[in-house]
Amino acid sequence: MAKEKKGVRLENISKIYKDPKTKKNFYAVHDVSLDIEPGSFVTLLGPSGCGKTTTLRMIAGFESPDEGEIYLGGEPINALTPNKRDTAMVFQSYALLPHYNIFDNVAYGLKLRKMDPAVIKEKVTNILKLVGLEGMEARMTNQLSGGQQQRVALARALVIEPGVLLFDEPLSNLDAKLRVTMRTEIRRIQQEAGITAVYVTHDQSEAMAISDKIIIMEKGVIAQMGTPQEIYYHPKSEFVADFIGEANFLKGKLTSVSGSEGTVDIGGNAVKVVDLKDRHEGDECTLVLRPEGAVVADKGQLPCEVILSCFMGNYQNYHVMVGDDLVKITDFNPKNKKIYNVGDRAFVAFDPASVHVL
Amino acid sequence: MASNQSASLDRKKFFGDPIMVTTIVVLIAFLTLFILYPLAILLVDSFVTDKGFTLDVFRRIMQLSSFRKAITNTLKVGFLVGIASTAVGLLFAYVEEYVKLRTKFMEGLFKVVSMLPVVSPPFVLSLSMIMLFGKAGIITRYLLHIYDNSVYGFWGIAIVQTLTFFPVCYMMLKGLLKNIDPSLEEAARDMGASRSKVFTSVTLPLILPGLGNAFLVTFIESIADFANPMIIGGSYDTLATSIYLQITGAYDKEGASAMAVVLLCITLLMFIVQKYYLEAKSTATLTGKASRARMLITDNSVKIPLTILCSIIALFVIMMYICVPFGALFKTWGYDFHLTTKWFVQVFTRYKGFKAFKDSFVLSLIASPITALLSMIISYLVVKRTFRGKGFIEAVSMLAMAVPGTVLGIGYIRGFSAGVFRTGFLQSIYGTGVILIIVFIVRSLPTGTRSGISALRQIDKSIEESAYDMGADSLKVFTSVTLPLIKDSFLSGLVTTFVRSITAISAIILLVTPQYLLITVQINEFAEKGAFGIACAFATILIIITYSAVTLMNIVIKRFGTSRYEGE
Repeated sequence: MAKEKKGVRLENISKIYKDPKTKKNFYAVHDVSLDIEPGSFVTLLGPSGCGKTTTLRMIAGFESPDEGEIYLGGEPINALTPNKRDTAMVFQSYALLPHYNIFDNVAYGLKLRKMDPAVIKEKVTNILKLVGLEGMEARMTNQLSGGQQQRVALARALVIEPGVLLFDEPLSNLDAKLRVTMRTEIRRIQQEAGITAVYVTHDQSEAMAISDKIIIMEKGVIAQMGTPQEIYYHPKSEFVADFIGEANFLKGKLTSVSGSEGTVDIGGNAVKVVDLKDRHEGDECTLVLRPEGAVVADKGQLPCEVILSCFMGNYQNYHVMVGDDLVKITDFNPKNKKIYNVGDRAFVAFDPASVHVL
Repeated sequence: MASNQSASLDRKKFFGDPIMVTTIVVLIAFLTLFILYPLAILLVDSFVTDKGFTLDVFRRIMQLSSFRKAITNTLKVGFLVGIASTAVGLLFAYVEEYVKLRTKFMEGLFKVVSMLPVVSPPFVLSLSMIMLFGKAGIITRYLLHIYDNSVYGFWGIAIVQTLTFFPVCYMMLKGLLKNIDPSLEEAARDMGASRSKVFTSVTLPLILPGLGNAFLVTFIESIADFANPMIIGGSYDTLATSIYLQITGAYDKEGASAMAVVLLCITLLMFIVQKYYLEAKSTATLTGKASRARMLITDNSVKIPLTILCSIIALFVIMMYICVPFGALFKTWGYDFHLTTKWFVQVFTRYKGFKAFKDSFVLSLIASPITALLSMIISYLVVKRTFRGKGFIEAVSMLAMAVPGTVLGIGYIRGFSAGVFRTGFLQSIYGTGVILIIVFIVRSLPTGTRSGISALRQIDKSIEESAYDMGADSLKVFTSVTLPLIKDSFLSGLVTTFVRSITAISAIILLVTPQYLLITVQINEFAEKGAFGIACAFATILIIITYSAVTLMNIVIKRFGTSRYEGE
């Protein structure tokens, strides 16, 4: 549907802000470089204050970068004002024009482009069909639910056929159930329209469900970039591992390495690990163990004591102490399994392949 | 780390928007020329003479005992009026927000009281004060048989100003009381506090900064007021009237400039305290909306006395206003109470009433759209844009609020009678309608801008960003998004400017030339002469005009206003 899918490239982008309290400059975004393929769906993910929204607003043109250059479809766009950029943004607060009805809201961008009224009508009708708001043209924005308002905001951005579509936490004002429905919708519409999308969120499950590629940001810098699987299974840092999903961290020391396999000593227990890269005997290391990647059992790698055991229906939730470290374990489908109680001594058991070594 | 790339990019983007740049340059030029420059020239006039920089002028005027007297008079009146207006305003606000009095009659009274200061010309109350309580006053002479009562002087000014300004306090304090969360007071009641204890230990401390704010606002209004002291002051001169007399009577331009500087310093000081200290504080303590409706006081021992007190004051004020049209209908006020239309007829036959109304009407009508648009543009720039010079624009347009009309009038005389800096530049506007229109604009700009700013603050920034993002340039964003969303504010700016302009006198009386006949100047002249019949006839017609304008505005806002978009 888009005239032309455009890629977005950020080259060493930095943005400096002044702290209102200390009056000191700091990097809100620091040396961010990334290449977004035309037609792909990329999510900037991170906690609040990590610079993701600032990055998005620099692409839209609302903020100017202090260092670096932004390219849209190969053209440098640093000096262009937002109205001259081939981008369209879907805002967190929807930002619909309250004095217009749905039709006029969606037609706004087309009218600015001085299109023929007949063409505008056709385009608006088509796009409203795509977002599932047929026949609602005459409604005012305050007669719509939150989800419907978000669809109008999406339609309004899509209808001008921008080179890239920008989303600024578009679902954060919706309730949990609707968020799940809408993110599937957004993904479907993006695929159907075949448009490049940059999406900002702090919700990791949203990011995983919707993206071709996730970029995790921490304190203004990119912590890791990759597909959802790469990021989940091979986090590069504790921050990433902790931010995406839940993770247990166990500190240890490599006692032997042969090729990609090795043994890690954790509090006197030898644990076999695989998939090592460039690791040497004697290295300090951290094991990342996902709660669903381990079980509590009579036999296993690490001895532990159960301090919490809680039935959650689809899984049994355990908190166990391994030495001085708390390890959380979710044992799925607990029916017909042995259940350990608080105070029980047992072992944490896992497949070496489900452990990631940092 | 301090890279300037973003600054230079922002600049590039900014200058890529010629409409914005032009607007800002024109605005800054306008504000500098018509607000800053006339005030600056007063300073120059009063400090610089042929002998260079000197304090001679100040020394000279300070030696005038009449001027020293005027300063103390002004401050005394201002202080009393500030306290009295705040107290009466608080009474009304409290009764409205806390006491259950849902009768049609009381609601009507409160509405009228809040409406009066908007529609009435500034000196109406002085007129009726004299007609009711003066030597020939109906009440004093015919009801109480007092034949030598004098309303002129301190008490006259103080009473009239209090009655004129307390509605402003009432509206301000009503807003504050509404925002107090009732559960705070309920908690105090629950812990055993009596109703009066709740008032003194919870309600009052919460609105204390607000009371200070209301006090200073009326204080400034009082000392800047020209019309009332002029009519009812008698020999009791205030700063505003002294300045006027110094220039029209003594032709002492330097002296008048120096006096104006003194008056300006006082109002400016008050204004700064009010604006930057109390205003922020009074809203900071009361953020957010009340969580739910307040349980109104139904207790008769509270309700009845408060209601009676309010009714008396309100009825008194209303009576004073009603007195004006009657003044125009009686043959000779105080002596011959036969009804007559001769004053209304004379207004149009002998005193060129038609021209006076036409001149006032046309000049005000020209000033209103310009002011309304200008203040919306200023609010848009101040709230939604960042650029160098923004602070200047905001400060100067607010500064105009603290400048008494008389001071502005003297500034314009000194600043433009021989052209800008006596060069002849813009001299041609002096003595014409243009300068009167400019005065109207400058006088109403702060109110319009303030209402525009608070309306715009309510609007999510991303609504405009979204339009900008869709491809609209700044002019298009302003006309298609901003302006429609603050339509109410624009409309009220339109009408407020019209009403304020058509009822203005303080600066105008110094600048008007015989070529223009303005209603307010006429009323002032006839009232001074004691020709109350004619003065009242003029005032009555003026009130009808302003009342119609405000009513029309309310209908339009109800029908087409932005409130239609609100609510689910």
